[in-house]
Amino acid sequence: MPEIANILSESDMERVIKRISHEILERNKGPGNLVFIGLQKRGVPLANRIVANIEKFEGARVDAGKLDITFYRDDIGRSIKRDAQITDISFDIGGKNVILVDDVLYTGRTVRAAMDAIIDFGRPRSIQLVVLIDRGHRELPIRADYVGKNLPTSRSESVEVKLKEVDGTDSVTVVKKE
Amino acid sequence: MLSNKSLLDIDSLEPGDIELILSNADSFGEISKRKVKKVPTLRGKTVFNLFFEPSTRTRTSFEIAAKRLSADIVNFSAPDSSLKKGESIIDTLRTILSMKVDLVIIRHPDSGTAVMMDRLTDIPVINAGDGKNRHPTQALLDLYTINKEFGKLKGLKAAVVGDFLDSRVARSDVALFKKMGMDVTIVSPTMFLPEDFSEIKVRHCIDDVIEDCDILYMLRMQFERQSRKFYPSVMEYKRFLGLDMDRLKRMKSGSIVMHPGPVNRGIEITDEVMDVKGKLADKIVIEKQVTSGVAIRMAILYLILG
Repeated sequence: MPEIANILSESDMERVIKRISHEILERNKGPGNLVFIGLQKRGVPLANRIVANIEKFEGARVDAGKLDITFYRDDIGRSIKRDAQITDISFDIGGKNVILVDDVLYTGRTVRAAMDAIIDFGRPRSIQLVVLIDRGHRELPIRADYVGKNLPTSRSESVEVKLKEVDGTDSVTVVKKE
Repeated sequence: MLSNKSLLDIDSLEPGDIELILSNADSFGEISKRKVKKVPTLRGKTVFNLFFEPSTRTRTSFEIAAKRLSADIVNFSAPDSSLKKGESIIDTLRTILSMKVDLVIIRHPDSGTAVMMDRLTDIPVINAGDGKNRHPTQALLDLYTINKEFGKLKGLKAAVVGDFLDSRVARSDVALFKKMGMDVTIVSPTMFLPEDFSEIKVRHCIDDVIEDCDILYMLRMQFERQSRKFYPSVMEYKRFLGLDMDRLKRMKSGSIVMHPGPVNRGIEITDEVMDVKGKLADKIVIEKQVTSGVAIRMAILYLILG
């Protein structure tokens, strides 16, 4: 039997996302120059939740887009192919502070690919990274600016993030593979 | 991720393959709308565009698709080649394969050339049209265009109009449309029909389908492929099979007109219809087919090479 540990419950997750929303506003001195880009698949609803929080806290609307990094992966032809999801960035990112949102930060290769992709859309003033879980084991010099929870893991474990919008429930669990 | 290494015809495509190609094409279509229309997906791959027959849109469509995915593409067209110097086609194919390319796209006036090429090599081959036989990427881009227009495929009524006998587009489209549950009628005079023809509905005049079809697929009159003169006159062709303003106006609301290009203006479709403005212009989706072609070919290159 695989061992399962619960890391975040539904209410934990809500608090974490609220806290991150405040941190983003604090560090960027308000929502004025922010745009959000969620990474397919689970970064997209996370970005939308932060955007909804910011609208509630500040009464300001900020743009949110979605990005699929399949075309920018460095392991094309070496791993199982993924179905390409929709990329939709229908606003100008030039000169903006782009907040990139993903669920789990692991090797950093996805974030590397996402930064390459974003720069093809324009020259942002900055790119900042939000992750719900940072599980370590980086293979590239990449770090997150806003972290929901630091979670030391071994490579044999897998971190499963579930979100209501995609999976019907909010939870983070660690599954130990045998 | 497709079931076969090569794309040679429609018959060997599994339903899952077709679904995968259609669902990925949207993502690739988005790249062509960006300011920077290039992603690094197929960096370092070499694609050989091997065209033994004149082609503008298919060749450039593959070329643009490959370039937007960062693959290197080499164009070969027959008039420049050593075929003129007397090299046999098999030796030409072997020469190209010896250069270690990653994929070959082939167009040839003889049916079966793509299959022959595929048997010579382990690398993937895409059939971009072989004689009167098959043109699978055209059929897939047509299907994708239809799916985008209607949001569904099953049950749609498609009428394929014109010279069926000489048309690899018609053969591929009819096979694919039927496979996806569409209701297909061929509108063609008897002399343009092949002998083995029992399973498909046939009509002889465009007026029999014009008011009822969702998709009016006009084939090109293939003068270059007709070995005998089948049809008495262009006038008669127009009378039974041509699309003019009067017929366009009789088409039902929401229906569309397609053509694989290049159009023989004044034969299959009149100038007036080609240049129609206003509401009726929405029915003519010929340019959308070309746009779809790039997206579909990007998806196919990615699914085969990526």
